[in-house]
Amino acid sequence: MRDVAIVGVGLMKWGELWEKSIRDLCVEAALSCFEDAGNDKIDSIVVGTMASGLLTGQEHMANMVPDYLGKKHVPAMRVESACCSGSQAVRTAFMEVASGMSDCVLALGVEKMTDVSGNDATYALATASDQEFEAFHGVTFPGLYAMMARKHMEQYGTTREQLAEVSSKNHRNGSLNPHAQYPFPMTREQVMNSTLVADPLRLMDCSPITDGAAAVLLVPATDAKKYKKHGMVVISGVGHATDTIALCQRKDMLKMEAVTLAAKAALKMAGKTIKDVNFAEVHDCFTIAEIMIMEALGIVKPGQGGPATLKGLTALEGKFPVNPSGGLKSKGHPVGATGVAQICEAVYQLRGEAGKRQVKNAKVGLTQNMGGTGGTSVVHILEAK
Amino acid sequence: MVGISGYGTQIPRYRIKVEEIAKVWGTDAPAYRRGMNLNEKSVPAPDEDVGTLSVNAAYNALARSGIAPKDIGAVYVGSESHPYAVKPTGTMVAEAIGACPHVHTASLEFACKAGTEGMFIGTQMVQAGRVANVLAIGADTSQGAPGDALEYSAAAGAAAFVISTKNIVAELLDTDCYMTDTPDFWRRPYSHYPAHGGRFTGEPAYFKHVEGATNAMLARAKMKPSDFDYVIFHQPNGKFPVVVAKKLGFKEPQYRHGLLTPVLGNTYSGSSPLGLAATLDEAKPGQLILLVSYGSGAGSDAFIFKTTKRLLEVRDLAPRVRKQLDEHKYYLEYGQYAKNRGKILRAE
Amino acid sequence: MSIPRHWREIPRRYRLEAGKCKKCKVINFPSRLVCPECGGKTFETVKLSGKGKLDTFTIIRVAPEGFGDEVPYAVGIIDLKDGVRLMAQITDCDPTTLKTGDKLVAKFRKVQEDGKNGIIKYGYKFVPDVGV
Repeated sequence: MRDVAIVGVGLMKWGELWEKSIRDLCVEAALSCFEDAGNDKIDSIVVGTMASGLLTGQEHMANMVPDYLGKKHVPAMRVESACCSGSQAVRTAFMEVASGMSDCVLALGVEKMTDVSGNDATYALATASDQEFEAFHGVTFPGLYAMMARKHMEQYGTTREQLAEVSSKNHRNGSLNPHAQYPFPMTREQVMNSTLVADPLRLMDCSPITDGAAAVLLVPATDAKKYKKHGMVVISGVGHATDTIALCQRKDMLKMEAVTLAAKAALKMAGKTIKDVNFAEVHDCFTIAEIMIMEALGIVKPGQGGPATLKGLTALEGKFPVNPSGGLKSKGHPVGATGVAQICEAVYQLRGEAGKRQVKNAKVGLTQNMGGTGGTSVVHILEAK
Repeated sequence: MVGISGYGTQIPRYRIKVEEIAKVWGTDAPAYRRGMNLNEKSVPAPDEDVGTLSVNAAYNALARSGIAPKDIGAVYVGSESHPYAVKPTGTMVAEAIGACPHVHTASLEFACKAGTEGMFIGTQMVQAGRVANVLAIGADTSQGAPGDALEYSAAAGAAAFVISTKNIVAELLDTDCYMTDTPDFWRRPYSHYPAHGGRFTGEPAYFKHVEGATNAMLARAKMKPSDFDYVIFHQPNGKFPVVVAKKLGFKEPQYRHGLLTPVLGNTYSGSSPLGLAATLDEAKPGQLILLVSYGSGAGSDAFIFKTTKRLLEVRDLAPRVRKQLDEHKYYLEYGQYAKNRGKILRAE
Repeated sequence: MSIPRHWREIPRRYRLEAGKCKKCKVINFPSRLVCPECGGKTFETVKLSGKGKLDTFTIIRVAPEGFGDEVPYAVGIIDLKDGVRLMAQITDCDPTTLKTGDKLVAKFRKVQEDGKNGIIKYGYKFVPDVGV
C-alpha cells in the first residue's frame, strides 16, 4: 500500500443555502478544493451523500458530479453509510490511491437538505434507523439519542449541564469558524432552556438541518510535493466498523463499539495510541453523542465524558480539544458532507491554517464520523509531516 | 353442551364526564345524570379503534377459554364503527390471535345488536357441528354528533366470547329473537354521525323489541323473571334498561351487576355483551342468566345461560370488567376529547 | 406508503412472533435468517410473552409525519422476559410519570395510518402492566 497525502481541501460557508442546488454545492466545494491544491487533473471521484434522492429527487450523483464539474468521462462512484457517507467517500478514495489504482482522487461529500419540508427531511434522516422496528414506531433520531442520554444520565450520573456544555463549547469554537452555519456563542442556560424535542434532549442539543458540501484531494504521499505548497498532511490510519442497526439490539447501548473498533483499527494502522492524538473532530449529532464518543475513543473512561467536558478537557484550550471546528452543532450537519468536512478541519489544523480556532501544536488529528445510532463509524488519523 | 368457554373485555382508559360535555353545549348536566342515569363515558385513545379493542378483548377471552387460537373456526365482529367501511375487521382479529388461515370471518352490523349477532350465529354453528369454536365479538367506538343527546352516551368498549362445546363456563340453554323494520336510528353512507328519531327510539323501538324478545324467550323456555339470577338488557342509557326490567318484573339485584352504562356510556355493539361479561365476573356456578340485546332498525336477540364450576377457575385469568371500568382512568377535557375523536375541522 | 412492507411484518407486529435459534436457543426479534449469536441458520417460531420492563425511553415532542397528533408520546426500549429487547411506543399512560424499570405489557394498537384514505397499520405497543 502506498502512503496517501491530502493536497487539497474545499469548503464553503454552510447554512440554509436557498439559492444553491445540490449540483452547485458539489461544484463549489470541488473547485475550492482544486484551488487549494493548485490542481484540477483528477483520475477518479468518490461522492458521499446519504439521501440525495429523498432530499432532492436526484440519484446518480456519481454522474451528476463529474458532468457539472467539467470532468465528463472521469470515473465516479457514490458511497452511502447514512451520516457516515462523507468519511466513506474519503476512505474509498484512500483505498483507490493507496492501492495504486489511481493517482489523484477527489472525495466529495454533499447534502442538500432544505429543498424539502422539515417533515420530509426528518423522514429521510430516519431511514438511517431500522425502518420496520424503530422508525415504524414513531421514533425520531433525537428520540433515539435521547434514550441513550437518559440511560447515560441514570447509569453514570451525567447531568443536563454537562450535556449543555458540549453544545456551548462547540458553539464557542464554531463562532471562530468562517464556514460555520451558526457561528455564535451559546450559553449552557440557553441550551437548557431551549425547546424540548425528545426528553431529555432539547433543540440546542441537536445538530441542525444544513445545506453544504466538502471536498478533499488525495494523492500518493510521494507525489504531494508536486502540488501547491502547504504543510504536508497524510492519512496515516483508517478504521471502519459496524454494529447492529437497531439501538435495542446492542448488548450495551452506552458502549459505541463501532467507534471503539474503528478507532482501534485506525490507531493501529497509524502506529499510535489515543494519547498521541492532539485533537479530534467527532460526530456530535447530539450532545450525548460527543460524550459517548469521547468514552468510546478512550479519551476518558466510561461515564467520565460529561464531567470532563464541564471541566474543559475538550475545550479549544483544553488538554484534548474536541471539535475545534464547532462540530456538527455549530458548523452544521449536511449529513453526507460532514465526514469530509471533518477531514478538511483536521487538515486546516495540521497545516496551522485554522486561524483563531487553531489548536496549539497540532501534529496528530483524529476524525470520527458516524452513521445511525452508531451502527457505522469511520475513524481517520491524520498527521502533519 | 354448547356455551361460552371464555369471555374477555377491553375498555379504554379515557373518560369524559357529562358535566364536561354539558358545559360546552349549555345543557343541564344534572338532568342527564338523573334523567338518563349517565355520569361519564369511556373515550377511545387516539390509537384505539374497533380492531384494537376487539383484539385485546379476544386475547382475554382466549386466556379464559383455554382454547388454542388455531382451533377457532370462525371470528365474527359486530360493530357500527368498523375501522374500514370496506375491509373486514375479523381478518385482523383472526390474524392477531393466530387463527388464520383456516377460519371463517365476517363483519356484522346491526346498530347496537351487532355484538350478540356473532354469539347467535356462532352458537348455532357450533351446535350444528360445523366448527368446534367460534370467537364472537361486540365492539364499538361509537360517535354521537357534537351537541346531540347521543354525545353524552356514545362510548367505546369491546367484549369477546369464545363459543365452544368444551371448557364451558356458561352453558347456552336457549335463544330467541324479535325483529321488525323500524327506522329509529341510522347512519347513511358517508355520514360521519348517526341520526335518530328522538323519542321514537323509546316505546315503538327499544321497549317494543326488548319486551318482545324477552317475552318470546320466557315463553319458549317456559320460564319466568324470578327464575333468573341475573338479567342484562341493552343499555343505551342508564334509564331504559331499568325501566324495562321493572316493567317485565325483574328486580334490582338481578340487573345491577350488568348495568354499566351509568359509568361506561353506551358501547353500542359492546353494550349488553359487556354487561354479560360483568355478570360472569360475579356469578356463582349453576346460576341462570338472561341476556337481551337491542339494535335499532330494529330487533333483539335473547339468550339464556347457565354458569358452570369452571367459571370460578378461569375468572382471574383476565381482568374483570369493573377493574377495567374503575381503575387507571384519565379524564379528558372537551377539547382533547374533540381532537381525539376527530371532531375538529382540520386543514386537508 | 408501502402496503407490502407492512403486510410482510404482520406476524411480528400482530403476534410478536420471534425466531428461536435451534443451535444456541437465543430468541431473535425480529426473526433472522442467520443467528447473530452463533451463526445458526435454523429457527423455531415462538411467540414472545409481551411482558417486560422499561429499559430506557424518551418522550417525543417533535414527531415525524403521521404522529404529530399524538405528541407528547413515549417510545422506549423494553426488556422482555424472553430475553428479547425491542422498541415500541408506550401508551395508556402519562408519559411524564414513566420510569425506567416500570413493568409493561404488550397491547394491540394502531401504530400508523396512511392518511384518511390509506391503510391503517396495527402492531404492538406497550402499556403499564396494571391489569386492565
